[in-house]
Amino acid sequence: MALFNAALGATVARPLRGSEAARLLLWRNVMVYRRAWLVFITGFLEPVFYLLSIGIGVGAMVVGFEYAGRPVDYREFVAPGMIAASAMNGSLLDATFNFFFKLKYNKLYDQMLATPLRTVDIAIGEILWNQLRSGIYVTAFLLIMVAMDLVHSWWAVLVVPAALLIGTAFGAVGMALTTYMSSWQDFEKITLAMMPMFLFSATFFPVTAYPGWLRWIVELTPLYRGVVLCRDLTLGVPSWGALVSVVYLLAFGAVGLVVVRRRLDKLLLT
Amino acid sequence: MRTATPPTAPSGTVAGALRMWDYWLTVLARTWKGGVITTFVTPFFYVLALGVLLGGFVQADPATLEGADSYLAFVAPGMVAAHAMTIAFSEMTYPVYGMVKWQRIYFSMIASPLTAAHIVLAQLGFLMLRTLFACGVFLLVLAPFGVFESWWGALVAWLVQGLVVLAFGTPVLLFSLSIKGEESFALIFRLGMIPLTLFSGTFFPVANLGPVLEKVAMASPLWQGVDLTRMLALGEIDWLAAAVHVVYLGLLAGVCWWLAVRRLGERLVS
Repeated sequence: MALFNAALGATVARPLRGSEAARLLLWRNVMVYRRAWLVFITGFLEPVFYLLSIGIGVGAMVVGFEYAGRPVDYREFVAPGMIAASAMNGSLLDATFNFFFKLKYNKLYDQMLATPLRTVDIAIGEILWNQLRSGIYVTAFLLIMVAMDLVHSWWAVLVVPAALLIGTAFGAVGMALTTYMSSWQDFEKITLAMMPMFLFSATFFPVTAYPGWLRWIVELTPLYRGVVLCRDLTLGVPSWGALVSVVYLLAFGAVGLVVVRRRLDKLLLT
Repeated sequence: MRTATPPTAPSGTVAGALRMWDYWLTVLARTWKGGVITTFVTPFFYVLALGVLLGGFVQADPATLEGADSYLAFVAPGMVAAHAMTIAFSEMTYPVYGMVKWQRIYFSMIASPLTAAHIVLAQLGFLMLRTLFACGVFLLVLAPFGVFESWWGALVAWLVQGLVVLAFGTPVLLFSLSIKGEESFALIFRLGMIPLTLFSGTFFPVANLGPVLEKVAMASPLWQGVDLTRMLALGEIDWLAAAVHVVYLGLLAGVCWWLAVRRLGERLVS
């Protein structure tokens, strides 16, 4: 091979360093969204609309409830739920529909693997892009919360990395599941997992609305862990529950990543 | 054995549209599974999460809930109308765009004696049947919750969904026939469908928005549909207001229908 390259007088493609590979993928995504900048900008609006509608419109009629031993305004209660839910929704959309399209129809990754990029670079690069994007959205949402006087503690700053953690965990698992899908119809299963979590993971009402055993199930869902984490941070009442959430989400994401890497090797390299 | 009759031009628009019934039946047979969860399970979960569970925390006062004596009774008719709208958006965006751009099925239709008017009628007829079926199931699911004042109110509310879906289906169809790239769909969902769903009196009375925004919300076609559906479900009908709603929705559907036929003709023939 070396002889062949030397004979052609071409430069031998050296393996890219991980950071270079990630940068290339990030740059590709920036190029893609440059044409759809309006789509990019409006991406953060959905949770804001939910906050205004459910938080304020419905909140005006809600009897207050307690959180961490003190009365909490309904808007303050819903807002962190929206952050966690939109971190999940956003990263899952990218990691499932878009990822499937690139993997199966666009053959994007097959093309990339013809270059010095490796499957692990692809997985990491896509996740980094996801994080960059959700980081921007979460920061914007947090600023809106500050403007609406919903934030009273510096702990709230940590909600940005917390949302990134949620996004990464769901993104990795979403990508892992997507590698097993054969048609668009299979995505109904993703919807079937995502939508009840969005509605029932104590996003809109406290977990005390459930009877004992059901409450346990809800508390075990990854989105509920994310919601607790964000809520503790924006309300400024960090707890052990939040720490458990961090460990849970890290493990959830790590498993997803390992599976993605192995599946991509199997799908693209054999 | 019958001898094949030579192709003839259909005698009227309805006759032309009916020529496509077997096509649409095939589409339905091949795609209904993909929509089962979004069509039937999603609305049920929304009713449970927001109507029943969140509703448990809402102060139910008929004076502030437009005459409903529980939050569930208030929100259920709103959700039915919003559901009809959602179906219009999902059926008239990507599927229609695909018929023009990707699969180019409209082009093969127009190559026969069919015209744009036939195609639009058949497309909207399919949309309407699908919506009436989905909303019918939705209303049946709601019935045991005791949210309807009378059976005939529920029946008329069901038929009203056919009007609601046309009032949204035709403008969205027009939009899908007019855009250049599918990125525009993200915008119509984020800036059209979601705010309409959240601020058109579906989840909370538009009076909660304040005097100015209340008027804006009342101009939204979804509010017209929601209010009409709610009056019928709660049995508190203001006939004048109901007539205004019907005329508003009918005019919107009629004008956009006419424009859509023209637009489709231009697009297919040029």
